[in-house]
Amino acid sequence: MTRRAPAWPTVLAAAAGAATVTLFLRLEAQWEIALLALMVVAAALAATRLGLLGRFEASSAAHPRFALGATLAAALAVTALLHDSHFELLMLATVALYVTACLGLTLQLGYAGVVNFAGAAFFGIGAYTAAVLMTHSALPHLLVLALGGMLAGLIGSVLLLPMLRTRGHYAALITIAFGILFRTFLEVNDTLGGPQGLKVPGLEVGGFSFNAPVFLGAQREASFYLGYTLLALLLAAGTFVLVKRLERSWVGLSLDAVRSDETAAAAYGIDVARWKIMAFTAGNVLAGLAGALYATMAGFVAPASFTFGDSLLMLSIVLLGGSGNPLGVIPAAVLVVVLPEKLQVIQEYRLLLFALLVILILRFRPDGLLPRRMREYFPGWRQT
Amino acid sequence: MSAALLAVEGLTVRFGGLTALNAFGFTLGESEMVGLIGPNGSGKTTFFNALTGIYAPAAGRIRLKGRDVTGLAPQRVYAAGITRTFQRLRLALQLSVFDNLMIGNHRNLSHGIVGNLFLRGRLRHEIEENVEKARALVERFSPSLARRLHQPVWQLPMIDRRRIEVCRALISDPAILLLDEPSAGMTQEETRALMDDLMASRQRSPGLAMVLIEHEMGVIERVTDRCVVLNYGETIAEGSYRQVAADPKVRAAYLGED
Repeated sequence: MTRRAPAWPTVLAAAAGAATVTLFLRLEAQWEIALLALMVVAAALAATRLGLLGRFEASSAAHPRFALGATLAAALAVTALLHDSHFELLMLATVALYVTACLGLTLQLGYAGVVNFAGAAFFGIGAYTAAVLMTHSALPHLLVLALGGMLAGLIGSVLLLPMLRTRGHYAALITIAFGILFRTFLEVNDTLGGPQGLKVPGLEVGGFSFNAPVFLGAQREASFYLGYTLLALLLAAGTFVLVKRLERSWVGLSLDAVRSDETAAAAYGIDVARWKIMAFTAGNVLAGLAGALYATMAGFVAPASFTFGDSLLMLSIVLLGGSGNPLGVIPAAVLVVVLPEKLQVIQEYRLLLFALLVILILRFRPDGLLPRRMREYFPGWRQT
Repeated sequence: MSAALLAVEGLTVRFGGLTALNAFGFTLGESEMVGLIGPNGSGKTTFFNALTGIYAPAAGRIRLKGRDVTGLAPQRVYAAGITRTFQRLRLALQLSVFDNLMIGNHRNLSHGIVGNLFLRGRLRHEIEENVEKARALVERFSPSLARRLHQPVWQLPMIDRRRIEVCRALISDPAILLLDEPSAGMTQEETRALMDDLMASRQRSPGLAMVLIEHEMGVIERVTDRCVVLNYGETIAEGSYRQVAADPKVRAAYLGED
């Protein structure tokens, strides 16, 4: 009988992650950032070799609530450290929103096996919904965010009919076509601002304006991104918990069955279409929610932010992190979102670089940085 | 023979110009074990696929306990109590033994999203009950496999994978179990052990009927009550193994006429 894994690797990983992200965001000199990136790669390789990664995952699986608390505490600590820097907080919030959207893709690709090459388009639907409704209606802003997610899910359901009639590559092609169609539609649509896009008002909840300066005591003023960052972290954390719970349930099992063999799944009563619809729609809703919050935080939306390239970046986050492992999405999102912003050298070549990285990962570590682990329905599962 | 549990009349399956199954008739009584034999391509697996809703029959009627189940979707056929194994194993290799068994137990599990997400205490109770159920079933086939419930299937040898597939088909307590060449890829000893375990299962589940597609005639002779021989989609002989083995038409189908 094996003993329950200790909790300390989780604390260690959360602390190391928080320190790395803070440094990453704070450093300015290009050589320092490059050095840090190299050190992180070296540390990650060493941790894999020494089996630390495995211990960390066993630890977080054995203490899921504690792991969530530690991760949230780490994220809040980073937010507190960076409370007065606009750019750093914007980056952090963007990472959290990408994590949310990519958790949606994890539901689709990682669990149900539905490939979605239009992640950025569904993110964009949420963003444009926020832009239009916050400007032209008096609806409460939180409701607008929810509507952004719902509209993404609704528009996604139009793709369901052709997607359920096809499999594999053909279903993927449908999403590619949709993503390109979406961007072209935005560019030629004058009501939606054409290529210039639209301005988006700041978020207001219950009379509190997120764009107003936040004073902490008499002298200290926090960045107005602070509120957005906290909200984005909350959204990402809530999504993470739900996705993880879904995986540790009969629903997660049915999704896995659909992905691994549709014929066998159907022969055992599993409604293949139902679960594909559920995963695809829920994933798009998450992308739309993240997009809506992103729009009001960034202050404007334009077609150039929701391209096929951006959809590929989202998918590469899922593959890099380890398809089907929500935990892997977090470091992968930090890497893909933050690195090109900080290392200007690679900014222009980022698509090229990430393409290369995905090829390398698929060649040498096909299950991603943090490969998916066996399902543990509840803590202490292996002792049953 | 008791009243027919399964009654198939005039079942016809066509693929374009090819008639894979031609006006096939078949009956199965409760707790009967029937062997389905015939050369490759004679329509045995086609019959299973038409019965389980994978192929839509062009004509004919299938009745289960008097209820018409012709052309139902695979999910409905499973819910009605017919389960099967596949000739080429269709297990989810990355998933654990337990997960694979639970795929087979789908109709006894709760699938509401809200319950699965938020009523975790109740869900945990249901999961724990099913761990016991799965362990007890696998124990009957192999105690060592029962200790590997949480191991991924890809780590296990062929014999264990066959056992898992058979257990997956048994765990929902079906009325009829369809076995598509369970000996494929196994040694004679392994096949014998699996068949003995299956026979023991029959003792424990009164009423369970089975149809066995098999090329190993020794297995057919030993375990079946009755045999149906197919060739070119039609029944050419029916009766006990001894009767059909002596039938000249059967010999001709297997060995060629001359």
